[in-house]
This record gives sequence, C-alpha cells and structure tokens, in this order.
Amino acid sequence: MDNLNPFDISLSKSALYPLTATGITIFQVNVGRLCNQLCKHCHVDAGPDRKEVMQKNTMEACLDIIEKTDIPTIDITGGAPEMNPNFRWFIKEFRKRGRHVMVRSNLTILAEPDYKDLPEFFAENKVEVIASFPHYLEQTLDRQRGNGVFKKSIEALKQLNSIGYGKQDSGHVLNLVYNPAGAFLSPSQKALEADYKREMLKRYGIIFNNLYTITNMPIGRFFNYLNSSENYTSYMEKIILSYNPTAASLVMCRYTLSVGWDGSLYDCDFNQMLGMKVNHGAPSHIKAFDIARLCNRQIVTGIHCYGCTAGGGSSCGGAVT
Amino acid sequence: MKTYYSPEDLSKFPTIGEGAPELWKKFSEWYGAVFAEGALSEREKALIALAVAHAVQCPYCIDAYTQTCLEKGSNEEQMTEAVHVAAAIRGGASLVHGVQMKNAAKKVSL
Ligand code: SF4
Ligand code: SF4
Repeated sequence: MDNLNPFDISLSKSALYPLTATGITIFQVNVGRLCNQLCKHCHVDAGPDRKEVMQKNTMEACLDIIEKTDIPTIDITGGAPEMNPNFRWFIKEFRKRGRHVMVRSNLTILAEPDYKDLPEFFAENKVEVIASFPHYLEQTLDRQRGNGVFKKSIEALKQLNSIGYGKQDSGHVLNLVYNPAGAFLSPSQKALEADYKREMLKRYGIIFNNLYTITNMPIGRFFNYLNSSENYTSYMEKIILSYNPTAASLVMCRYTLSVGWDGSLYDCDFNQMLGMKVNHGAPSHIKAFDIARLCNRQIVTGIHCYGCTAGGGSSCGGAVT
Repeated sequence: MKTYYSPEDLSKFPTIGEGAPELWKKFSEWYGAVFAEGALSEREKALIALAVAHAVQCPYCIDAYTQTCLEKGSNEEQMTEAVHVAAAIRGGASLVHGVQMKNAAKKVSL
C-alpha cells in the first residue's frame, strides 16, 4: 500500500485497485477553453480570455483515429465548443464516418448572433445536445452562472424544442445537466428528473429527454470557491465519506478517453484540467495513439476522484448507479 | 471554549455515545429508521426536520437539514415555505395563548 493516494486505498478496499479501463466507447474531445461565460462552478476555468483552442491539424488527427477504430460515440466539450472555428466541420466529418456525436452546450452561446442557426445544424446532423441547466429556478441558476443566463438558456431551450429536440421519438435528443449550486451533493437523479420535467413544463412549457445529475469536482474554479468560502474541508469529508464501491466500479474513465486541445490524452476531462495525462505505460498524446494499450490502461487517480464515487456516483452521463 | 456553538462540533455528535454506548446505538438505529423512506418520502421528512429545527432553533440541525433538503432535491422556495410553517405555528401558538390571558383576566375582573 506504499505510495497509494487515499482514493487508491479506498479502491483497494473494494478490490478495484489498480483501476483499469475496460475499453473505449466514448471519445471525448475538449476543443478548447474559450467560453462566453465564467461560471462559478467551472472545473475548466474557461472564459472569454482563454487562448487554448484546438487547431485543425489536431482535429484531423482525431478523425484519423476514429477511422482506424470502432469507437462509436464522440463527445465534444469545451469551454463553449461551438466557439472553435472548425466546430461545424469537425462534427460533419465524424458524422460522415458514421459516429454518434454529442455536444455539451452551455445554451447561452446559441443566443449569440453568429450561432443562432446552430439548433438547425444540430438537428440536420443528428447531434445529441447535452445542455447545462443547473436549476429550474432563475435565481438559483443565475447565482451560479451569471445574471441573465437563465433567460437566455430558456430561449435556447424553446428554440431547440421548436425543431423537435426533447420530443420523444423525434430522434433529436436533448438532455439537461444539473449540478449543485454549492458545496453539497446532488439529489437522486430519478427523483430530480421527475421534478425538472414537471416544473420545466409547468413554468416554461419546455420538454427534454433525460436529466443528468453531476457532482461538482473539487478542482478549477469550484476548488477556489470551496477554499474562499471555507467549505473545502467539509466538502472533501462529505465526498470521501460518501464513497460508494459500486459507483467506483462504474466510473466513466473506464470506458472514456479524453483528448485535450493540444492533442494530449487524459483519462477524463477532470484529469485534463489538472494536467494529469494518461500514464502507466500508455501513450499520452494523440500522435502516439495505440488503441490496444489505451483500451486496458491503468487510470491515473487522485483525491478529486472521490467526486465521481460519492453517493450515486457522477459522470458526464450523470449518476452511475 | 470561546463560544457555546461551533460548526466543528456537529461532527463530534457521536462522541455522546462514549458515556452510554447502548443508548447511543439505540438512538442511532431509531434515528436512521425515522428518516428512511416510508409513508413519507426522505425529502418530505427532511423538510419537516428543517421546519422543526427552526422551531427548536438548533443551529446544528438547521445547518445539517438545510444541506439534506438541498441534497434531497428541495428548492429554496419550498425550504422557505417550510420555515414559514414553523414560524406560523410558533407565532400562532403564542397568540392562541392569548385566550388564556383573556380567561385569566375575566376570572379576576368584575
Ligand atoms: S461551466 Fe461551461 S459554460 Fe460555464 S464557464 Fe465553464 S465551460 Fe463555460
Ligand atoms: S476523476 Fe477522472 S480518473 Fe478520477 S474517477 Fe473520475 S473519471 Fe476516473
């Protein structure tokens, strides 16, 4: 047990150490840290002044890999991924190669002048939209994401609904993402989804497919908030005490590979923000991509991993149990 | 001891068991069972606990059940209404005792 971090010790106790990947079914590409917002909970520390944006040659390298493998799903994230100048081209290329594409949208970008036609573009390319919408109350959402964000998000959701997004059997999937507006854990995903569906329809006439509850990770701007609000110790105690071995066996890094804006490879977007590249003998850059070695790689872990294993667990697809 | 109440003390609650472990064990089991999903949901029970915490004005319980309510999916509108229920019962309970005042006054008045 020498040199194991506390999370690895928890994994050992539940017979999961060393944590290894079981394959790659999701190829997550972070196309840059540029964003039109500055949310308080952002683990990416994204914002309008960030210069890290994925270049076209790195995108071509991603497409090359997809051509040579059978990874079925592409998950495009950021920042606001829509702000990458090659965003639309990138999606079309993945679609040409027959892959399912998901885009993580902050919604407000869809209200900006150059992006207003994006909902139609998403529909034409059968893009699954995963939209941040951390609360159905205006005051709670704006406190986390900034004044006026709620109203813009509602407009974007209405537009998505108007072209079929969120309607059962329309083929246009719209999933919403909740994350707690502070230093506490998410409610049960199933119960909260029922509340969201009821309240979103009643208050705003909006429909959607699924709600994902995501735990705030103690990194990036949320880490700064935890420190400045003197919540860090109690929050860490909370996520450590809520360690759930079943959730640990289902963490997303076991089936996801995350690509950074410069082509570096990570076990997940959180490790990416911490600069913790793929390790333990597997290649850490897209130029050295080796599917066989990456598919069963050992995951690089840290104390932040407790955010993925607390309670019902948390992943980019919401709770895991 | 600089203050009577300190947030760190909440996590020391189990140390009460040191003097009477059997009683603590019974209390803990009963407490856990009380808050488990039953005829009332865990969320409803947490909202009741939040209201009672305000009625008994326990800072530990207010802190703990504010977080529990949020983690069970209650929103601030619902939590504020729960506190109003506690306040209304406290206020009403004082006021309704005014009837006793009137009775007592009547008894000693001509
Ligand atoms: S949370 Fe999303 S929308 Fe908010 S600043 Fe970060 S990347 Fe942008
Ligand atoms: S933080 Fe990343 S590496 Fe750690 S458990 Fe979560 S997904 Fe896996």
